[in-house]
Amino acid sequence: MNTLNLANLGFAWLPLLPLIAVAVGAAIILLVGVRLEDEDSAGLGILALGVLLVSFVCTLFTIGVNAEAFGGALLTDDYTAFFEIVIQAAAAISVALSLDYAADNGLAGAEYYSLVLFAVLGMMLMAAAGDLIIVFLGLETMSIAVYALAGFVRREARSSEAALKYFLLGAFSTGFLLYGIALIYGATGTVHLDGIRAAIVARAASQPYLELGVGLMVIGFGFKVAAAPFHAWTPDAYEGAPTPITAFMATGVKLAAFASFVRVFMIYLGPAAAQWSGVLWVLAALTMTVGNVVALVQDNIKRMLAYSAIAHAGYALVGMTAAGSAAAVLYYLVAYAFATLGAFAVVIVLERRATAGLRIADYRGLAQTRPGLAAAMTLFMLSLTGVPPLAGFVGKLYVFAAAVDSGHVPLVVIAVINSAISAYYYIGVIVAMYMQEGTPEIEPSGASPGVLIGVAIAALAVVLIGIAPTPYMNAARDAFAAAAGPPAQATAFAR
Amino acid sequence: MPLWLFAFFAIIAVVSALGVILQRHPVHCLLALALALLDIGALFIGLGAEALGFLQIIIYVGAIMVLFLFVIWLLNLQREGLATERIGLKVIGTLAAAALGAELCALLVHAGPAPAAPLPVDYGSLRSLARLLFANYLVAFEVTSALLLAAMVGAIGLARRIPGTNAVAAPPSDVADRLRSAAG
Repeated sequence: MNTLNLANLGFAWLPLLPLIAVAVGAAIILLVGVRLEDEDSAGLGILALGVLLVSFVCTLFTIGVNAEAFGGALLTDDYTAFFEIVIQAAAAISVALSLDYAADNGLAGAEYYSLVLFAVLGMMLMAAAGDLIIVFLGLETMSIAVYALAGFVRREARSSEAALKYFLLGAFSTGFLLYGIALIYGATGTVHLDGIRAAIVARAASQPYLELGVGLMVIGFGFKVAAAPFHAWTPDAYEGAPTPITAFMATGVKLAAFASFVRVFMIYLGPAAAQWSGVLWVLAALTMTVGNVVALVQDNIKRMLAYSAIAHAGYALVGMTAAGSAAAVLYYLVAYAFATLGAFAVVIVLERRATAGLRIADYRGLAQTRPGLAAAMTLFMLSLTGVPPLAGFVGKLYVFAAAVDSGHVPLVVIAVINSAISAYYYIGVIVAMYMQEGTPEIEPSGASPGVLIGVAIAALAVVLIGIAPTPYMNAARDAFAAAAGPPAQATAFAR
Repeated sequence: MPLWLFAFFAIIAVVSALGVILQRHPVHCLLALALALLDIGALFIGLGAEALGFLQIIIYVGAIMVLFLFVIWLLNLQREGLATERIGLKVIGTLAAAALGAELCALLVHAGPAPAAPLPVDYGSLRSLARLLFANYLVAFEVTSALLLAAMVGAIGLARRIPGTNAVAAPPSDVADRLRSAAG
């Protein structure tokens, strides 16, 4: 017992490689960036893209491994790989959107890109976490980086406001999550997810503490995915943050939070589902309704997309109330992420300094001046509404069908009504672009290659994932099945 | 640890934690925080985790609190801003906190003490602490260092001067105004 043996710890390089790649990449960017002016930061962005590519390649090697490492601290299964790839894609598009935005707005380049990579590190840890400590640390690494990024446009009071609000409320909600984790540890005697599930199955867990802990964790996760009534920070934080970071917050942060939320609740707290699925039912109904109804009256496009992001968290929560629909939730999140990234990319094209060009009225006549952009924005809006054959429609179809199958018909009725409401404000943007007269000003930097490539990739993804959903849905199904099954090396725990 | 001693430290912990949020002067808040952290260290020691308790006192009360104090002195905070806070928010916040507190108390009293697990042989020793930190929770330990680095990078990114000017950020009064108008 006096010597430490790495093998006894379950030490394994493979699950660490994608994480090490981004952590080392973040440090390299800091070192390289020391000698660069803020205006020359685009090169660092390219470097960040390279780091994400290396991390992606490392992730490819982990596909199909399905094992746990470090005594269950990290789970290397297809579920982890699925979310790592989607998070890397969302981060890469956000970085592409930042290339000229960061330089033009005088954002500190080295810190900016390295914080994006640190946030990616946290997000990937949340997806890979096999114990609640790693869930918490991943969430904090991600959140701290994103709090700072939200305030990076330092000459704008709005940006500082976004950072401060997000930070204060985020720290507050993390307290709830941590208290929940502590109570679950008290109830089950372990922070390892499979140990917690085993304790619940064996009825060895202290019931009131478990319930309390689960409730507090719902609050913590509810905040991060921006579910009502924990959504109050979202519009201000999304509006004030630099737009590429808003895109990153609306997709990367949400994907990572859901990755953890779905894994912890649907798989490992699944045996205790009776205690939380009712709460999620109410949260889902409330989140959809608040998001969509308030989005109706927004005239700032970033705020409108913020409320849209809240509403979509609600649709994903609908999937979480149904035991059989985890794969549908995964698919839905991917569909949502690409449409949202694309929409924010178009927002960047029209955004001008001093936060002008962000009103929906500023989109009038875009179809005449930039028909390609208007067409792409139309695709994103229609996908978010859920119009066939786009990805958003198929995602909603899968989620709602699964919810109906498990008997949540009233909730699906609410969701469908909400989809109809959402059509009003999404189509409002399309109407402005195609049917109203105006001469939208395009910021030359906004239409930079990075942004346009981002728009193109997102548009392509929204169409492809929509018209040929089967491979993506199968990937999501495999991912969930791998996470729900016992890991190959876990001998202590049998289902 | 006898129950009366635990209750004594527990009451101090709650009172000093309240002191952190209820006092107006930042230095007073900080001293209350130092007391709370010291008290928690005492609780750790009382529960048999001596190494953790002393580390808590040395690192938090000794090092971090002093740094905090330096920062507050360096910033030369004026007594302003807090005077204009909304009374409505305060009432709602107090009510919500009281409701949550009552709920938690009711549940915990109803639940009774959680089942205690048997303690390992060398519980509380530096050796067992080290084994947990550097073996069982190795990944968590390493991730913590990345987390702290990210926090540092973020702080530097936010505090650097804006290129071409002498300013570091938007005027604080602007931010305060925006926060206030949003709060109302």
